[in-house]
Amino acid sequence: MNEHSRKRVSDGVMMFGRSALALLVALLIGGVVISLGGYSFVEVYTAIFKGSLGTSRGMLLSLATATPLMFTGLGFAIGIKVGIVNTGLEGQLYMGGLTAALVGIYVDFLPGPTHAAVTMLAGAIGGGAVGLLMGWFRTRFGAPEVITGIMLNSIITYFTGYLVNGPLKPAEAASPQTAPILKSAELSRLASKSQLTTALIVCVILCILIYLLQRRTIWGFKMTAVGMNPLAAKVAGINGSQMYLAALVLSGAMAGLGGAALVQGVFKRFVDIISNGYGFQGIPVSALAAHNPLGVIFAAILFGVLKAGATMVNQSTTIPFEFVDMVQALVVVFVAAPSIILSPIQKIRSFIKKKDSGPAAAGQGGAA
Amino acid sequence: MSEITKRYPGTLALNKVDARLEEGEILSLLGENGAGKTTLMKILYGMEKPDAGEIFIHGEKVAFNNPNDAIARGICMVHQHFMLVPAFTVVENVIAGIEPRKGVFIDRRAAESKVAALVEKYRFNIDPHAKVESLSVGEQQRVEILKALYRDAKILILDEPSAVLTPYEVDELFITLRFLREQGTSIVIITHKLKETMNVADRVMVLRNGVLIHDDVKPADTNPQELSEMMVGRLIQLEARHPSPRIGGVKFSVKNLTVKDERGCEKVKDVSFDIREGEILGIAGIEGNGQCELIEALTGLTTPESGEVLLDGKPLCGTARDFIDRGVGHVPEDRTHMGLIAPMTIKCNMILGYQDCPDMSRHKLMRWKEIATYAETCREEFGVKTPTVEAPVSSLSGGNQQKVIIARVLSREHEALIVAHPTRGIDVGAQEYIHNELYKFRDKGKAMLLISADLDEVVKLSDRLLVIYEGRIVADCAPEEFSKVQLGLLMTGNSLESVKEVGA
Repeated sequence: MNEHSRKRVSDGVMMFGRSALALLVALLIGGVVISLGGYSFVEVYTAIFKGSLGTSRGMLLSLATATPLMFTGLGFAIGIKVGIVNTGLEGQLYMGGLTAALVGIYVDFLPGPTHAAVTMLAGAIGGGAVGLLMGWFRTRFGAPEVITGIMLNSIITYFTGYLVNGPLKPAEAASPQTAPILKSAELSRLASKSQLTTALIVCVILCILIYLLQRRTIWGFKMTAVGMNPLAAKVAGINGSQMYLAALVLSGAMAGLGGAALVQGVFKRFVDIISNGYGFQGIPVSALAAHNPLGVIFAAILFGVLKAGATMVNQSTTIPFEFVDMVQALVVVFVAAPSIILSPIQKIRSFIKKKDSGPAAAGQGGAA
Repeated sequence: MSEITKRYPGTLALNKVDARLEEGEILSLLGENGAGKTTLMKILYGMEKPDAGEIFIHGEKVAFNNPNDAIARGICMVHQHFMLVPAFTVVENVIAGIEPRKGVFIDRRAAESKVAALVEKYRFNIDPHAKVESLSVGEQQRVEILKALYRDAKILILDEPSAVLTPYEVDELFITLRFLREQGTSIVIITHKLKETMNVADRVMVLRNGVLIHDDVKPADTNPQELSEMMVGRLIQLEARHPSPRIGGVKFSVKNLTVKDERGCEKVKDVSFDIREGEILGIAGIEGNGQCELIEALTGLTTPESGEVLLDGKPLCGTARDFIDRGVGHVPEDRTHMGLIAPMTIKCNMILGYQDCPDMSRHKLMRWKEIATYAETCREEFGVKTPTVEAPVSSLSGGNQQKVIIARVLSREHEALIVAHPTRGIDVGAQEYIHNELYKFRDKGKAMLLISADLDEVVKLSDRLLVIYEGRIVADCAPEEFSKVQLGLLMTGNSLESVKEVGA
C-alpha cells in the first residue's frame, strides 16, 4: 500500500474516529446533565443499553426502531452527495406510506410476497414523486429544495391527516386511520412478537447497492463531481439539473420506502401520525455516518439502540426518557459541529507545544 | 533564513535553504512552480512552520506561530488573490481587523488621515474614499500594499504581483516598488517572470526543486536565457516561434456572434472570425472585454443572443456536453473553479468530462483499473509531478494542476480547442512544455483558439492575431505586424489608424 492509499485509509479511520468521539463526548455531557438532574448516570446508561441490547426483546426493538431511520438516513445521504439538502423526507415518508397503504388495501388480486413487494414499490413511487416535484420546483423556478421540502412536509402530513380522518377512515375505526392492509401485503416478521420485518434486510441491501452505485458507476461519478464542484462539472459537460433531479427522486423514494415499511410492518395500515420525526432524524443519522451509505447502516442501528433504550427505560424505571432525547440531540450537535470538540483540543495541543518550546518562542502579541 | 527544511507527504518541498534579504533591496525569488518559493515565503510569513531551520531578523532569532506574529515583526504578504471587500472603501479595507478605536466607536478620522498620509507619501494615486469595486486591478493591488504599509511593514512579500496586471500597470507597480525601496522597505517578489525580474530586481535568488541554486545573481550580470536555465536546469528557447507548417481550409467559424451576460448587457458584439486547419488564432485583450462570454458561447456554456458557430461547416449548438461530443475541447481560464474538482483524485480529474467514453466506462460502470493506468500514462507523458495519481488534485502545485487539465484535453481526440490562459501562473519550464503540446495539436491539422492576457504568449503562439476591445474585434493581423506597444494601445481602445501613426 503506497503512501496515498495509506492516507485514504487513515482518512476513513479519522472520520470514524470523529464520529465515535462525537458519540463519546455526547454521552459524557449527557451523563453530566443526568447527574445534575439528580439521577445516577451509571444507572441511566446501564438501563438504556441493558434495555436495548441486554435482552433479545430489546435488540429486536432496537433493530425495528432503526429501520425507518435507516431509510431516511439513506435518503438524506443520497441527496447530500450531490449537494441537495432534502428536508422533505418526512413528507416523502408520509406520502410513501399512503401510497403503500392504498396498494396494500385495494389491490386484491396479487398473491402474498408479490403483493408485499408491489406495495413497497408503491411506497417508493409515492415518496419519489414528491422528490420529483421538489426537483421540478428547483429546476423550473429555482426554488431551493430546503424550503420546498419543509413546505411540502406540512402540506402532505395535513393532507394525509385529512384522508385518514375522513374519506379513508372506516366507519368502525376508533382513531384516524385507514382500513387494514390485506394480509398479502404485510411484510414477514423476522422474529415473532417483534416489529422487526424484512424491511430491514431490504434497507441494508439498498445501502450497499447505493454505496456501490456511487463508487462504481458513471452516474455515481457524475453525482460526486456535481456535489463537489458544480461549475467544473458543468464545464465538463455534466448536466447538474439531471443529477439534482435524480438525487431528489431517489432520496424521496427511500423515505417513501420507510413509510411503506411502517405501514406494512408495524401498523398494518396507514395512521394519522405514522411518523414522529423519522424524516428529520434521518439527517443526524446520515451525519453520524459521514453521509456514507454503508455508515448509515451502523448509524441507524446506533440511534435505534438509543431510542429503544429510551422506551425500555421508560417502561422499567422512573428515569424520564427525555434524557435519551437529550443524548441523541447532543450526538447530533457534536457530529454536525466537530469543531466544537476539535477546536479546544487544538488549543490544548498548541498550548502544550508552546510550553515545551520555552520562553524563547518570540513573536507574540500583535493584532488579535 | 537558515537551513530551512519543509516536508509535505510525498515530497521534500524545501531542502536546507538559506536565504537573506538586505535592508532596502528588491529581491526576486525565482523558480519553477513547485520549486518551493511560495512555501519558503509562507514560512517567513508565519503561515507554515519549517520542519528544520531558523529565521533571524536583524540577527535576532524569531519563530512565528501564525501570520499575526510575522506582521508584528513587520513582515507583510501581498497575495496573488486579493483579499479585499469590494463593497468597502479603500480606508475600510485597509483598517479591517485593526480599526483604531475611540471608545466604542471606530476612529474614522484617525484612520482616514493615516491612510491619506500613506497614499500621499508613496504616491499611490488612489482616492481613499473610493469603493474598492470601482478600482482597477492595479489600483486594488496598491490597496493591498497599503494594507501592509499601514501595518508598518518593513518587509513586503509580493506573490506573483504581475500575474493580474496589464503591461502598463506592471510598469506602474515597479515605479511604486522602487519608491518603496528608496524609503527603506525591503521587498521580496515571488515570480517566475524573467523579464520583470531583469527589470526591477536588485538581486535574484533561484530555487529549483526545493534547493537553492543561486543566491547572488545580479540582473546586470545575466540575461533571461541564463536565468531560465538556472530555474529549469536545461536550455529553454524563450522567444522561439513555431509557425504552422501547413494551414488548410476553414475549420471553425464564428459568424456575427452576439452574447449577452446575465444582466442583459451585450458583452460580445457582432463578432466574426474563422480559424483554419492547422492554425492557432490568438485573441489579445485586457481581461473583461468580452473574452469570458465569447469562450462561454464557443464551448456551450451560454447560448448566444444571435449569430452562429460552425465546426467543419456544421452548426454547433446545445450544451457543453454537445460541444464536447462534437469534438470541441476546452481549457478553461480558471483552473481551480472551472477546470478541476479539488477534492477528487488526479485520476478522476484526468477523465473529467470524458467518463462516458468507451475506454473509461462500459455498461455504465466505471473502469477504474483502466482509468488508473490511463491516468498514469498521462502523468508520465505530460510530466505531472506527483508520486501517485490517487492523490487529491489539490495536492498539486498550480503548474502541475494546469498540466493535468492540458493532459486531459490533449489526450483525447478533438477537432478544435478553445484554450484560455493556458500558462497563467505557470513557470518557464512548464510553459515551454505546454506550448509544445499545443503546437503538436495544431500540427495535426486542427484548429485552436487561444485567449490569453499574457501578450507575449499570444504573440508567440499565434499564427494570426485578433485584438478584442469592449466586445468587438478591433484588429486582425499577423502576430508580428504590430509591436507590443502598438498592441497595448489597441487593447486599450485606440483606433487602428492612430496606432499605425504611432509607429512601432
